[in-house]
Amino acid sequence: MSGTFVGMPAFPEAARAALGDTQLRHNLAHATGVIRAKRSRLVTEVEESMPESGGWEALRLAGAGVKDRALRDLETQLVLLEERLTAAGATVHWARDAAEANAIVVAVAQRHQATEVVKVKSMVTQEIGLNEALEAEGIDAWETDLAEIIVQLGDDLPSHILVPAIHRNRAEIREIFLREMGKVGKPAPEGLTDEPAVLAGAAREHLREKFLRAKVAVSGANFAIAETGTLVVVESEGNGRMCLTLPEVLVSVVGIEKVVPTWAELDPLLRLLPRSSTGERMNPYTSTWSGVTPGDGPQEVHVVLLDNGRTRALADDVGRQALRCIRCSACLNVCPVYERTGGHAYGSVYPGPIGAILNPLLKGTGDPQTDSLPYASSLCGACFEACPVRIDIPEVLVHLRSKVVDGHRDDTVPKAEAVAFKGAAYALGDSRRLAWAERASGLAGRVMTRFGRTSLPGGRAAAGRVPGPGVGKWTSARDLPAPPAESFRAWWKRTDGGRR
Amino acid sequence: MRVALMVTCVNDAMFPETGKAVVTLLRRLGVDVEFPTAQTCCAQPMVNTGYLDEAVPVVRTFVDAFAGYDAIVTPSGSCAGSARHQHGIVARRSGDAALERAVAETSPRTYELTEFLVDVLGVTDVGAYFPHRVTYHPTCHSLRMLGVGDRPRQLLEQVRGLRLTELPAAEECCGFGGTFAVKNADTSIAMGADKARHVRDTGAEVLVAGDNSCLMHIGGVLSRQRSGVRVMHLAEILAATEDAAVTA
Repeated sequence: MSGTFVGMPAFPEAARAALGDTQLRHNLAHATGVIRAKRSRLVTEVEESMPESGGWEALRLAGAGVKDRALRDLETQLVLLEERLTAAGATVHWARDAAEANAIVVAVAQRHQATEVVKVKSMVTQEIGLNEALEAEGIDAWETDLAEIIVQLGDDLPSHILVPAIHRNRAEIREIFLREMGKVGKPAPEGLTDEPAVLAGAAREHLREKFLRAKVAVSGANFAIAETGTLVVVESEGNGRMCLTLPEVLVSVVGIEKVVPTWAELDPLLRLLPRSSTGERMNPYTSTWSGVTPGDGPQEVHVVLLDNGRTRALADDVGRQALRCIRCSACLNVCPVYERTGGHAYGSVYPGPIGAILNPLLKGTGDPQTDSLPYASSLCGACFEACPVRIDIPEVLVHLRSKVVDGHRDDTVPKAEAVAFKGAAYALGDSRRLAWAERASGLAGRVMTRFGRTSLPGGRAAAGRVPGPGVGKWTSARDLPAPPAESFRAWWKRTDGGRR
Repeated sequence: MRVALMVTCVNDAMFPETGKAVVTLLRRLGVDVEFPTAQTCCAQPMVNTGYLDEAVPVVRTFVDAFAGYDAIVTPSGSCAGSARHQHGIVARRSGDAALERAVAETSPRTYELTEFLVDVLGVTDVGAYFPHRVTYHPTCHSLRMLGVGDRPRQLLEQVRGLRLTELPAAEECCGFGGTFAVKNADTSIAMGADKARHVRDTGAEVLVAGDNSCLMHIGGVLSRQRSGVRVMHLAEILAATEDAAVTA
């Protein structure tokens, strides 16, 4: 029902299409601006309310420390988690990749003759394409998160980790509800307006019959506590709790990096997550469950522990810090690139700065689409500043760029860019060679000054539109100052540093 | 104190007036600044595009050129950030222990201009005069990689005649981003257009920043829009006096 990202073009091309959509850019700038302001207020509040304990930075360090400890000791923690979950009556499965995980969920649903499942919003099930895998076996997967419903009914793709329908405004949502709800269940009421409360009410009515009818539910988990074998889901709407408690069977797909050693260590993470993601002090619903409780809630619980590239990321010295990610999406909301292109341009369920590093880390470099992602950033550093678990995203981006470049070092026909950088390294490796290059550019500058038709405020000559691959891309919307006739070093030499 | 000017490759080839302004300014403050002619570039273009092997000879040239100085001063937050935070990565990759040791010597001695003025020289009033309406864009690497904080503002506030106006969304990236400006030209231009709009909204005559690369980008957009707003490096404003206005 909802699409997949397979076959998306590389970032620059996908971004160009998104940039042309003025409604999208307006929706994104407004929505990220609102969340950014809320988050910023609550971070300041922590700064002011707990200065004695080091404020927000201390909380970030604590959160990063918890995740790092868990990752350093991952095997032990996971085995303990399995042991405790099993003791509590859950069945634990291990899945190396998306296909294995999907097969496990499909098999559980089929054993119960389920033709539909209800779902708690979950990034990991989107990552593995679970809805499509279920659909291929004739099983409908119903998203129950409000934004996910909008995406699913609109046969659209999510474009944000927390707010998957961030690119839609309420008028568009009203249209989708009116057009699509009736095809898959209870239709939207007559006279539906685009008031948020009215739209939410229509979704609630539509979902109620699905919650009550479904035999099987599927969830992810925000955290998995090893010492007690407890899974945790953090949400805003309560739909997750309905899925986790009403159906007879529950399958939870959990990335292996979600493990947290102890309950006590959950503390900083639960304080960091809602403030960073929704700009709330605490999220409205936190559900925890551990195996089966007779007569209460699901009577059959499966937990699928998923790798799908996580051990590959863990093996990367610089990149492994990305596995600390708690999927808060703060980096998306502050990213100037994301704000203009939206999430679809990243060609993945993980968009924005974290997606730009997570995708190449999980999948490995070498594919043109994935390889374009580490370059989908101006390296401004706003993401690192916002990240509640201190993932140095710019550092990882640069590291991944070097992996992309190194992957092409043995190409028989090197890219023009590689040739250019080899040339630049030659010229910049020695000041005499650089001085020579500057004399050439000064000559070009004199030609431009003589024949150029544009001048910058202040009078300096400039190039207007110039054809060609590099300069052409620059001058498509920016004037370029003409190089000066004399470089600084030539001036210094001629005048002895301005002394004569 | 032996002080070296690291003019940066972009300033050397494209904006020599900024280097001259730093020389004028530092001499006025009693610093006999030297220009080691063996210098070339900080290697950031290579590092940030992923060409780490290509960065090795450039970093080697850097540490050779600046060996023995007490302070290396540069009118670029981005290049200072590169020297402080990226040279170590490049040196480790090279496997050359001598290069690693040399980097450990030069990196912590590299200062962005406003850091050097405020922290090392301890001045905020540099005796400048610039009677214009100005708005200030804090460039990302100065702001986040180096943490120069309000040092540039402290310096600008002491410039006689200068009227400083607040830039909306000042801390948001202008979209230059080195090779990002070409590799993702459309997104870069969209970001630059928003920055230019905010600049125009201030009504300032001059946009000032501590990095000519960012200014080349924003200025290029402003010029194409026929906005009439001029861009200037902070060093040029600080070097300007009643007697000698530094001009391009």
